[in-house]
Amino acid sequence: MYKTPCSRLTGVWKCLPHGLVGVNVQQKLIANASRSHMSARSLIQLCRKNQAEWFTFQHLCFLKRQYVKSSGGLCQRARPKQEPVASALDDRDDSVVRQVQKIPALKPEPGIVEPPCDSKNIQVEPEATKAARLEARQWKELRVEYNDLPGIYARLSKIKLTALVVTTAAAGYAMAPVPFDLVTFLMASVGTGLSSCTANSINQYFEVPFDSNMNRTKNRPLVRGQISPLHAVSFALACGIPGVTLLTLGVNPLTGFLGALNIFLYTCCYTPLKRLSITNTWVGAVVGAIPPVMGWTAATGSLDLGALLLGGFLFSWQFPHFNALSWNLREDYSRGGYRMMSVTHPGLCKRVALRHSVGLIGLSALGPVLDVTTWTFPLVSLPINLYISFLAFRFYRHGDRQNARKLFFCSLWHLPMLLLLALTCKKSRVSQDEAAVAPSTPSLPL
Amino acid sequence: MNVRTFNCLLFRSLRPCYTHAPALLRSPCRGHRQSTSQPPKHAKQTERSEFSPAASSKYDWIGPPDRLSNLRPIIYHIPENETPLERKLRHLRQETEDWNHEFWTNQNFTFSKEKEEYMRLQLAAKGLSERDDDGRKRNLSSEEMAVFYKHFLDKNITRHASYNREWYRRNFTITLLMARVALQNTWRTLTGREKGKTT
Repeated sequence: MYKTPCSRLTGVWKCLPHGLVGVNVQQKLIANASRSHMSARSLIQLCRKNQAEWFTFQHLCFLKRQYVKSSGGLCQRARPKQEPVASALDDRDDSVVRQVQKIPALKPEPGIVEPPCDSKNIQVEPEATKAARLEARQWKELRVEYNDLPGIYARLSKIKLTALVVTTAAAGYAMAPVPFDLVTFLMASVGTGLSSCTANSINQYFEVPFDSNMNRTKNRPLVRGQISPLHAVSFALACGIPGVTLLTLGVNPLTGFLGALNIFLYTCCYTPLKRLSITNTWVGAVVGAIPPVMGWTAATGSLDLGALLLGGFLFSWQFPHFNALSWNLREDYSRGGYRMMSVTHPGLCKRVALRHSVGLIGLSALGPVLDVTTWTFPLVSLPINLYISFLAFRFYRHGDRQNARKLFFCSLWHLPMLLLLALTCKKSRVSQDEAAVAPSTPSLPL
Repeated sequence: MNVRTFNCLLFRSLRPCYTHAPALLRSPCRGHRQSTSQPPKHAKQTERSEFSPAASSKYDWIGPPDRLSNLRPIIYHIPENETPLERKLRHLRQETEDWNHEFWTNQNFTFSKEKEEYMRLQLAAKGLSERDDDGRKRNLSSEEMAVFYKHFLDKNITRHASYNREWYRRNFTITLLMARVALQNTWRTLTGREKGKTT
């Protein structure tokens, strides 16, 4: 009796169109008993879609249970390595399921569902994304893999964003009109980096269900269960306490205070506000503006106008950057319940982006006024500032996806360029500093 | 495999339960959750894959994202000598998972439904059919859809705000409980070791 369900299952499996399930895959499945329950599960998901086959689904489910229970060693075991056969099968199921779903039933957001995996797409998709996608379909033990921890921590702390934040802080330090002190510089950078890790970890800890529902964020460690919430909070504390302490004791209390303030603003103001009001963007812009201010205060120990100018650059830059990014994510934001300008006040969104892009030109002009840079800085930065303003204007006028994307990508290189130009045009006190920071700058045309 | 567990399984296989207790773990069959597993407003049955971790596994298991709520179901391991605190934690986590699942299933479902409705109305207002000559579904422009997205957000603001508050509260409570359980386990291990040393 226990043989029949097995063959019945595999027999049903064989009935699926060949185009969807490769012959090799089929043979491997049939041959390998320990995998057949996975295929049965996928099959069940397929049959579940069609209400008319309700009885068949129940029947299969029952038979599958009998089969699994009767064969002693057929329980699911953890498979640490990816099994491409079973996983490829799951992706094939997606395409089957999607075909079944052609009937206009009301389905979840198609943006969430992975694109069908046919042979053409496999080569195009980058390996890392594909591996992550396939791995996401397995049941896994909720246990910490110590080998993966560095990668997990990197993703938890949004390491690339943290690196950018540390860069802006370092730029703030370098722009300060004091002699360069390597120890303070390093302590300020490390402290800022640790604070940023903390803030990002807590942000992810708060946002697990929302992240699960958005394409951009669904592979985060907490969403995937790679670590527990307690672990994430412990990591955040383990970064935050040393980070802020380092800034307070190793640099100066003002910088420590700014670091703690930034963590608070990001985790307790920005993150909840994202779902309550559009003012979250302004708060987020302040959060982005504080690191260069911290860099400056680390160097000078006081909150000068120069620090505020650098903060002003970051503050204004945030708007073209974020508004353009959020323009193309409106659907995800709406479904996730995020209140962003791009969704609720689209006109304001475009206006603000344009306003602040043009404002960057004005801020650059303030550089020589405040004795932060020489007068060449507004001239040299004019081309890139005009370009981003031009793109912001096009975004304002047309407000379509293309222009939004162009503005966003421009903002990605605009900020580093601006900071670099500011560094090269720094009001020189000690010429060795400039040489150390920007060795490859060509001489400026006058 | 005893008859009672088999019957339990059979029962569960015949009615779609959307979370699954492993057959081989001692469990009260999570009776408290069955009442919430069939929200009448859901047109589709929620799917949770039928999965059994190995009996020797001492860990929780996390599954692929659910197709409706996009949240990942977790099967909790019940240890041999589960303390009341651990049981409280497990129940809270399970309940929160169910509550989250229900909210997001509803959210995604409502969003899709209203989006389809909106598109249908817009196309009808323009005098167009739902599908074009090639048989593909027509799409509206981003600007037209933006009106719907804004409307959806505004309509649901109170519901979202209350979900937020509840979610934050639950998240904090769960994490605090986890911390207490971890401390309790550490204490038990330490005192257990000391007892072992003295005897």
